[in-house]
Formats: sequence, structure tokens, C-alpha cells
Amino acid sequence: MENTQPPRFFRRRSNPAARLIFFMALSFALLFVDARYQSLESLRSALSMLTYPVQRLASLPMEAWHAADDFFTSHEDLIRENAELRRQRTLGMQALQQSQPLKAENEHLRELLGMQQRVGYPTLLAEIAYVERDIFRRKLYLDKGAQAQVQAGEVVMDDTGVVGQITRVYPQMSEVTLITDKDHAVPVQVLRSGLRTVVFGSGDTTRLSLRYVPNEADIQEGDLLVTSGIDGTYPPGLPVATVEQVEHDPAYPFARIQCSSVAGVNRHRQLLILTGLPPRVADRPAPEPEAGDEQKSRRRRP
Amino acid sequence: MSKSLSRRQEFIAPARGRRIAITLFVALLLNWLPWNGIGLALRPDFVALVLLYWCMREPARVGIGIAWLVGIFADVGDASLFGQHALAYSVMAFGAYVLHRRVQMLSLRQQTLQVFPVLLLAYLIYAAVHWQVRGYLDWTYFLGCVVSAALWAPASLLLRAFCRPRSDPNTL
Repeated sequence: MENTQPPRFFRRRSNPAARLIFFMALSFALLFVDARYQSLESLRSALSMLTYPVQRLASLPMEAWHAADDFFTSHEDLIRENAELRRQRTLGMQALQQSQPLKAENEHLRELLGMQQRVGYPTLLAEIAYVERDIFRRKLYLDKGAQAQVQAGEVVMDDTGVVGQITRVYPQMSEVTLITDKDHAVPVQVLRSGLRTVVFGSGDTTRLSLRYVPNEADIQEGDLLVTSGIDGTYPPGLPVATVEQVEHDPAYPFARIQCSSVAGVNRHRQLLILTGLPPRVADRPAPEPEAGDEQKSRRRRP
Repeated sequence: MSKSLSRRQEFIAPARGRRIAITLFVALLLNWLPWNGIGLALRPDFVALVLLYWCMREPARVGIGIAWLVGIFADVGDASLFGQHALAYSVMAFGAYVLHRRVQMLSLRQQTLQVFPVLLLAYLIYAAVHWQVRGYLDWTYFLGCVVSAALWAPASLLLRAFCRPRSDPNTL
């Protein structure tokens, strides 16, 4: 039996244990540098030029399926969808018209108070190239990258609310970390009461939670959380999540609050990138004294 | 009987580099399909399976170095930390090297039992690095390891069939 083995076993170049130690050391060095200093991004983006075609190839079957699905949509479905869109458009136009005078009034008041004007952000429509295949993290890849002037740190939304933030830019695509990513923090404000807090992702695709909110804080089920804008990353006033469940446990100093995200991350294939970052916190006339919140939100900033 | 035949074929036509490259490419492609939800949790690591197969069958060609290189590409594709897959795959390749002479003697079912700990080791290393850097673990991740081990027998049959020489001198 043994002599059927090819004899090349005896012509090995070096000791496998030595090679294992060499490659393990190399891996550890790379891991350390990548985790601590983020200085390998150029190498990553160079290698991504090689892997990008393969990744696009891998997402082709799904795209073909979607295309086939679109092609075989029935006539009635289209008519129904069209009617629904018309209705939504009418409602939207109405809301927009009502908001015009409010906007003018707001600008006027801000002028009177000497505050900085809020600016609208230009948006860029991008399609989801594919979804992260790592079970530990919730990430998306969009098909617009550095070549379309996307920058790391820009905010990604769908038509209803914040989806996430661009954390890494490749030449032809960009990586979005979702707000529901584990421990991802977004500084928010309760729309009804103005209470400022920070919402954390849970690792699930739709669930978020508020931590460190005192038991007596004014927060109720159904409250809408919008970005407060004090972190300098997320522009103010974008809807993030709705409060689903508030639980007061007397044994614990903070309330347990579960939220669900407003944006449907699983529903869409097109997302909006808000291009143009808001000015840094230091550039603002008066940084707000929310030291605790600031620290927490800065932890996850790229 | 069939075992000895396959071993003789293996001796006649050692798999060429091109075929190894093609199978690894297909494995990467399979890993990068848009899996999500329960499919993602159950997704086997095709790259690990194919690497393991080649490390055991062609230890002189596919070793720790190739495994490491493939791991780097997997890291770029998955946007995991640089070296995370590479570390797991190179340790796995070493495990395969240790086992490769034993495994060739065994039936597919016995092979699966030998392969499972090696795959589990790779999964554990990947998860340990993740836990060390990000600070949490998702236990459903290890379901993929069980599925991968279960797929060992069909995968190795497929790969063996793929690498059989096209014109078998015995049939003519």
C-alpha cells in the first residue's frame, strides 16, 4: 500500500511547521496593522480591483433572477403599482407644498437668531451591488465608489430614513456599515420631546436599542428618533428608528428600550448617498456640551 | 476495488495547476454568492473545502503558502481583517498536511470524521480573531462548519471526477 505513494513526498522544500510559523507570523502582523492602524487600505483597494470582477460575476445570478422577475410582472401588478405611486406622489406634493412656507419661516427665524443655515445635501443614487456574506457583520456594497466621488463617512439613506454610513471606498464600489451593525452608534433625538441620546445597533437587520437612558426619561412607545446632528457625521433631522418597547426595571438604573429601524434595509435595491460631508464639529459656532454622547458616537467613526 | 482504481488514476494523472486554480476560483465564486439570512448561517465554506481537498491530495503543490494567498483574497472579498482568513486557512492547510497520508487510507465517511476537527479549527481561529478585535461572537457561525464537514464527501467525489483524465487509457 505504502509504495503506491508518489515519491515526491521526499522532495519537499522546507519543513511545513516552519512554513506554518512563518505564515502565521505574517498573518498576525497583517492583522495587527489592519486592526490598529488602518494603513493597508491602498493594498486592499488594489487587490479589490482583482476581486471585483469575480464578485460582480457572483452577483449575476441574483441580478438575472431580479431581471426575470421584473420581466414577468403582470399587467395588473403594474397598473396597481402605478396607481399607488401616483397616490403617493400626490400626497408627497401636498406635504412638500405645506413644508415650503415652513422652510422659509425656519430660514427667517434662524437668520433672526443668528444661527447657521441648514443646507440641503445633494444626493447620489446608487444600487446595492451585493450584501455582506459575513455572518458577524451587517454591511452592504454599493456600485458607486471613488470614481463617482464617494467619500468615506457619507451617509446612506433610502426614501424613509437612514440606512448607514460609508466606511470604506473602493475605486468602483463602496462599503456601507448599517446602523443596525452591532455596536454602531448614531446620536439621535426624540422628535416629540427633544431628548438627546444615542441609538446602538444590535447585529440584527432591523433592531436597534437605546442604552443609558434613565428610567425617568421622557420616552414612549411609538416615538420617532431622528438624527440630532451633533456628531458632525449625520446631518440633523433624518429619521432613524421608532421606539417599539420601553421596559422599566427598578433593579437597573437605565430603561431597556428596543427600537426598529425606519429604513427597510432588506426592501430596496437603490439607495441614496448624501454627498458632501457636514462641516466638522470644530467648525461650528458653538459646539454643544454633550461630551458623553460625542465620545460614544466618535468611537465608530471611520 | 474502486478505491484502488481511483488511487491508480491519481498516480497516472496528478491534477494540474490549471485545474486546481479553476476549482479554487469556483469555490471563491460560490462563497461570494449573495447569501443572506438563514442561508448565510448555513453556508459552507467552499474555499476551505476545496483547499483542504487539494492540500490532502496534492501536498507538494498546494500547501500552506497557497492557502495563505487564497485567504488574503478571501479577506479582500469579504472585507474581513487582512490576515483573518489567511491565518485560518494556513493553519487548516497544516492540519491537512499532518492528516494527508492517513486520510488517503480511509473511506469517505471516516474521512469526514477526520476533516471535521480541521475545519472546526479553522472556524475557531476565524471566530477567535473576530472576538478579539470586535468583542462579540455569533454562535450560529459554527453551523457553517458542520455543513462544510457534511459536504466533504460529495465535494471530494466531485473534485475527483473533475480531475479524472478525459481520455482514460484503460477504456480504449
